[in-house]
Amino acid sequence: MQILFAILAGGLFGAGLFVSGMTDTTKVKGWLDVFGNWDPTLAFVMGGAIIPMVLAWQLTRVSRPLAGGVFPPPPPHEIGHRLVIGSVLFGIGWGLAGLCPGPSIASLSYGGIGGLIFVAAMLVGMGAAPAIGNRLDRLAEPA
Amino acid sequence: MEPDWIWGLVGGLLIGLGGAVYLLGNGRIMGASGIIGGLVDGSGRNTATERLAFLAAVAIVPIVLTPLYNIEITTNLTSNWVVVAAAGLLVGVGTRIANGCTSGHGVCGMSRFSLRGMVATVFYILAGGITVVLFRHILGVI
Repeated sequence: MQILFAILAGGLFGAGLFVSGMTDTTKVKGWLDVFGNWDPTLAFVMGGAIIPMVLAWQLTRVSRPLAGGVFPPPPPHEIGHRLVIGSVLFGIGWGLAGLCPGPSIASLSYGGIGGLIFVAAMLVGMGAAPAIGNRLDRLAEPA
Repeated sequence: MEPDWIWGLVGGLLIGLGGAVYLLGNGRIMGASGIIGGLVDGSGRNTATERLAFLAAVAIVPIVLTPLYNIEITTNLTSNWVVVAAAGLLVGVGTRIANGCTSGHGVCGMSRFSLRGMVATVFYILAGGITVVLFRHILGVI
């Protein structure tokens, strides 16, 4: 059951990336390029994606996951150095290539060698992240 | 040919529907970096099959849809592999330290009015925007 929902969700995600044009890095970079030929498409993608999710979060109040288990706990409020530094590093990489994790996985089927290099480097980065995060925590501790 | 923003909106709705299926079906947040990262660092070992099934569907569906739309699907990724590798590293490290990316913090976080999701989204868009300005308009690398 969980596998079925995962395939359905991944399929919808992949279809959405394709239909919206987010598989094309020029559209992503176009959104980030406010001083160039600015492309607002990504804002519509983000806005469109948030609509069903707002409804879904409301439904979590009155139901349980169909495949069993429990819904995620309420989000923490803590705005720490990890959130800010991590998001800035992610944003720099996102701006450089025009790929974020979802579309990078999609690109494995059509993105050629470039997509492979990106995903391989991303996996290395994800493997190194826990150690880097711990180092950041130590640096952030008041001396 | 309809304008791009309509396709953006339709595609966005599909992505959001995917997130809703993952949440209401499996009780989990559809964050791409978390789903991948849990496989890399072993934190998602118990749900590995579900994660792999999700990622396989994300990768396969766009290429399957391509013939129906009769368009060529391309990433238009830069052929500067050093830039690509550096970008991949930064995306991997950054999303795992921040515990989310465009789908997790952006779509799933902001839709539950999470302050963390909003702060993360502001910072990665600002950093991305500054990066494009710097590397495209000033340095001319990308």
